[in-house]
Amino acid sequence: MNIERQEIEKLATLARIAIDDSTISEVSQRLSSVLDLVDQLQAVDTEGVEAMSHPMQATQRLREDEVTEINQREAFQAIAPETEDGLFLVPKVIE
Amino acid sequence: MHNLTIAELIKGLQSKEFSSVELTQHFLNRIGSLNPAYNAVITVTAEQALKAAAEADIRLAAGNAPALCGVPILHKDIFCTNGVRTSCGSKMLDNFIPPYNATVVENFEQAGAVVLGKTNMDEFAMGSSNETSFYGPVKNPWATDCVPGGSSGGSAAAVAARLAPGATATDTGGSIRQPAALCGISGIKPTYGRVSRWGMVAFASSLDQGGPMARTAEDCALLLNCMASYDDKDSTCIDREVPDYTATLDGSVKGLRIGVPKEYFSEGLDAGIEEAVRAALANLEAQGAELVEISLPNSGLSVPAYYVIAPAEASANLSRFDGSRYGYRCEDPKDLLDMYSRSRSEGFGKEVQRRILIGTYCLSAGYYDAYYGKAQQVRKLIQQDFDRAFESVDLIMGPTCPSPAFKFGAKSDDPVAMYLEDIYTVATNLAGLPGMSIPCGMADNKPVGLQIIGNYFDEARMLNVAHQYQQATDWHDLAPEGVAS
Repeated sequence: MNIERQEIEKLATLARIAIDDSTISEVSQRLSSVLDLVDQLQAVDTEGVEAMSHPMQATQRLREDEVTEINQREAFQAIAPETEDGLFLVPKVIE
Repeated sequence: MHNLTIAELIKGLQSKEFSSVELTQHFLNRIGSLNPAYNAVITVTAEQALKAAAEADIRLAAGNAPALCGVPILHKDIFCTNGVRTSCGSKMLDNFIPPYNATVVENFEQAGAVVLGKTNMDEFAMGSSNETSFYGPVKNPWATDCVPGGSSGGSAAAVAARLAPGATATDTGGSIRQPAALCGISGIKPTYGRVSRWGMVAFASSLDQGGPMARTAEDCALLLNCMASYDDKDSTCIDREVPDYTATLDGSVKGLRIGVPKEYFSEGLDAGIEEAVRAALANLEAQGAELVEISLPNSGLSVPAYYVIAPAEASANLSRFDGSRYGYRCEDPKDLLDMYSRSRSEGFGKEVQRRILIGTYCLSAGYYDAYYGKAQQVRKLIQQDFDRAFESVDLIMGPTCPSPAFKFGAKSDDPVAMYLEDIYTVATNLAGLPGMSIPCGMADNKPVGLQIIGNYFDEARMLNVAHQYQQATDWHDLAPEGVAS
C-alpha cells in the first residue's frame, strides 16, 4: 500500500501537525508499512459480529446534575502559555 | 535495605528496625549515585519525600498505620502529581505542573507511601523500548547496551536496579508486562476498570490500565491493594469490591487448570525463552497444576487490530494538546492554525506524530468502517477466543515477549518490527483481561518473563499462582551485576 503525497498533506491538516516537505516521503513510507500490517484485518469474516467498545459492555453512568467541582481558574491558568483577565490568549482569529 | 522486599520493609518499619526517613534517604542516595547510569528516574522529589517519610514515622509510632505507610515508591511520569512536573516523557508536557493528583497518586498518599520521584517512559506511553522519551532512553540494568522495554521502562529499570522497591506503571498493549519481563521483575496489569484512570494521561482510553511493578508477586499484591479502587471520576471504572490480594497468596496450585495456547509457542519465539517458559510450566505441573493445550485462533489478528484502535483513540485523546491552555506552545505563531500545527509538530516526537496520523487516517471519512469498525469487530472475536478458553481452564500462561531485551536502535527504524514486540500482550488489553509477567529464567544472560493471563477480576488467583511459583524458585531474587551490593 502506498499513500500519496496529497493524502499525507490532507492528514497533516486534519491532525494539525506540520510536516516538513523534505520528510513527506519518509512519513509516507512508514505509514504505508503500518497500514500494510493492519490491512490483514480486511480478510477477516466479521459478518454479524458485534463491534466491541467496552469489555464488560458497561454503559456510561449518569449522576445528578449537581455542582461537584470548585472553581480553580487561577490554578489552571497559572500553567497556561498566555492569559489575560482570566481568559486564555491565542493568536488573533478574526481580523 | 534495598535488597528487602516491600513485605520485608513493612515488617522492618512496623517493628522500628529502621525509620521511614532512614529508608527514604537510603533510596534517595541510591538514585543519586546509580540513576545516571540508567536514566530511569527523571524527577526526584527529595524534599517532599523526606517530609512525607517524617510524617509516616509519626503515624508508625502511633500504631495503626496502613500497610504501605513509610514505604518509598516511584510513580510513572504519566500519573498527575500535584505541584510536581508530569511530562509523560514528552517535550509537549515538559513544563506541565498539574494542579491535582491522579486518583492512584491520591490512594498512595492516603496510605502513607513515600514518593521518591517520577520515572522515565516512552513518550505518551507509545513505544516498547523507551527510546521515544524526550528525556533520552532508559538503560536496562541487566545490559546497559539494551533496552528496558516500554513504555514503563523507567519504572521497570528502577525496580530492577533497586532504586525503589516498587513503582506504578500503565499498560495499553503490554507496557507493564513487557518491560517487567525484559528487566526481570514482576508486574500486573489488572482487569480494565479495576484501577482508576483519572489523572492518568490518556493514550487509548478503552485499553489503558494502571498497575504495579515490584520484585515479587507478594509485593505486587500489597501495591495493588492500594492502587485498585472504585472511582466516580473515571466513568469506565467498575464498582466492585477490592479483595485483600495478600490474603489468598498461600493457597495451593493443586488442581489448577493452566491453558497453554499453542499460538504463543509458534514461529518467531526465541528458543531460550521457550525453554525457560516450558520449565516454569513444568514446575507448576510438579506442584499439582494441570497443563491443558488450548487454541486462541485469532491471536494473529491482535497486533493489527491494536494498531488501528490504539492510534485512533490516541489521535482523539491527543487533540487536546494544541498549545492553548497548557503544555508547549511554539514561538511567535502567525495565526491560530500555525500555533496548533507548529506546537504539535515541535512538541510531539516522531512516533507520537506517526500514531496520530495513522489514527486520523483510520477515523477519516470513508475509512472509519473499514478500519476502526472492522478492528472493533475483530476485537470481539479475540474476546470470544478467551471466553471459550476460560470455559475449560482457570488461567492461561505463555511467554510475555518473543525475545529477550534487544540492543538500542535494533528496531527503532522499523515500526512494524517494534509493534511485534507486543504480539503476546496486546490481546489481553483488547479483551480487557488482567495479565501479569514474572521472571522465570534467563536467555542470552537476560531475564525471561512468564505471562499469566486471568479471567476478569481474577487478579487474586494470578497473584496466588505467581507467589507459589516464587516460593519454589529464585529467579525473582536475581539482581543485575553491581545492584545488590
